[in-house]
Amino acid sequence: MTTAPDTANPATTAVVPRARRPRADDGPSDVRRYTPLARAGLVTALAVLAVLWLAPLVWALLTSLKHEADTTTVPLEVVPDRGFTLQAYASVLANGNLVTWFVNSTVVTVVITVLTVALSAAAAYGFSRTRFRGRNALFALTIAGIMVPPQILIVPLYRQVLAMGLADTYAGIILPQLVLPAMVFILKKFFDAIPHELEEAARVDGAGSLRIFLQIVLPLSRSILAAVAIFVFIHAWNNFLWPFIITSDPALMTLPVGLVQVQSSFGVRYAQVMASAILAGLPLIVVFMLFQRQIIRGVATTGLGGT
Amino acid sequence: MTAASTLAVPGRTQPGAATRRTGPGLAGGRGGIWFVLPFMVVYAAFVLWPLLYGLGLSFFDTSLVRAESRFVGLANYALLFSDPEVWRTLGVTVLFTIGSTIPLVVIALAMALLVQTGVRGQWFWRFVYFAPFLLPVATVVLIWQWLFSGDFGLFNGILTGIGLPAVGWLTEPEIGLWSVVILTVWWTVGFNFLLYLAALQAIPAQLYEAAELDGAGGWRRLLSITLPLLNRTTGLVIVLQVLASLKLFDQAYILFKANGGPGGSATPILQYVYDTGFTDYRLGYASAISYVFFVLIVLIALVQARLTRRSEP
Repeated sequence: MTTAPDTANPATTAVVPRARRPRADDGPSDVRRYTPLARAGLVTALAVLAVLWLAPLVWALLTSLKHEADTTTVPLEVVPDRGFTLQAYASVLANGNLVTWFVNSTVVTVVITVLTVALSAAAAYGFSRTRFRGRNALFALTIAGIMVPPQILIVPLYRQVLAMGLADTYAGIILPQLVLPAMVFILKKFFDAIPHELEEAARVDGAGSLRIFLQIVLPLSRSILAAVAIFVFIHAWNNFLWPFIITSDPALMTLPVGLVQVQSSFGVRYAQVMASAILAGLPLIVVFMLFQRQIIRGVATTGLGGT
Repeated sequence: MTAASTLAVPGRTQPGAATRRTGPGLAGGRGGIWFVLPFMVVYAAFVLWPLLYGLGLSFFDTSLVRAESRFVGLANYALLFSDPEVWRTLGVTVLFTIGSTIPLVVIALAMALLVQTGVRGQWFWRFVYFAPFLLPVATVVLIWQWLFSGDFGLFNGILTGIGLPAVGWLTEPEIGLWSVVILTVWWTVGFNFLLYLAALQAIPAQLYEAAELDGAGGWRRLLSITLPLLNRTTGLVIVLQVLASLKLFDQAYILFKANGGPGGSATPILQYVYDTGFTDYRLGYASAISYVFFVLIVLIALVQARLTRRSEP
């Protein structure tokens, strides 16, 4: 038996000759610990996975850049003799509703994100820092909501929204998506950890709950608010089932819903189908490229509580 | 501090509540109900009410095509337990859940461990593994429909190119559901990958440094430090993944253009609910199936709640 790592011995932990890299997202491991052979193995494994994960996207991109006639050659051609063209993108943008759906998705997603964060943060503050009759009961009721899968609500919710006259309206798409009890839970946990001294000083100075919430608690919670906003945004941007059920007017569809129509309308024009798919996926991918660190942190923070 | 918080408690608060220590809430301000109310109103209107309404519907023979509906008691539930389609689609769902959860946990863990070694190109690896998660389901399905396509798809092109027979990814009853599994693993593994990556970064570097000075190699460090410390995360990731996989609908529905896959082999239970409610217009019966499914989800969510509570400090 080899000896188990001895973490209790202070003599071994005291000497750390290597300087730790400063970047937080580089993680605690250090590749220099590995032999050249092991390092080559690691890189190979990473690269194989990367190729598998990139291949579908690359193939879709290549298809979207081909002339329609070159998409269905047997055997497959990676680079067609005729070369590539932007024709499919031009056709899709000119003929389809992609731009309308993009605008709809943006409006719906931004409104959902802003309202959900505002509602959840206020509720979390109420549950965390104030007292009122029934607070614990209401909080328990909120937490219980984490267990309700939105999918089981579709039948009654559809009838209800129909009865409210909100089918095929922005309000009908947005309102049922504003409640994410897990986000209230995550925010409350964060607010609970904010020291009370600041708040008490403000209270002695005569500040009310609203001022304390807006001027003390919210500014201290920027990181968690960003994490929640990122989670809600991704969730809303990609949500399919509810907008699919409640919209039948193509002028009101969001991107994921509208794109399903593309399936039937473009039929066998594969370059155009792929161009639509790529255009619909691009916005969030670009945002991810720009804000990778924030998004990764946001998803990791909310992920375990937020499903 | 105690003096300050006593000062801060407004006189209006009930005496009973004041004696009950709720930790952070001790210094609670007034007017709290007004912060909670907006959320509770929306919550009541769009979650609690439909939840009760759906439960009510499940006792009626409500249909979208008839004006009035009759109270039928537990008839919908009785029908459900003898409806072979309920059991078949539940079976499809469970098979998908098992078949997708295993690769979604194992591959995510492998990706996180590989990336966490600190190999150059951190930004790139994270981008490639996580980016598909950010694609809308329709984009994912359109791309994979094209890859899976029988005559001109990339997969069959490669298979026939190396002399193997083409596979009916979307047309063979034994394969359809596994095509959904492959698509889902590609699409969502990045989420679990991030959860693992966050857990790995929370392991103190000193543990590795100490182990290294004691002569523990890479495998030894993996087996003796990393994996044991990840146990709790793995438990949570598995439960979250099971909950997510049981809710299979979107990708299967779109991939097979609403027809449930070859021979109905890829119809999850939520699609049966959808078809019953919105194609057959039997809302009462659809609600009853929803509720049985809900009970199943709640049981698993309770397991998750226990795990989460245990993982808190």
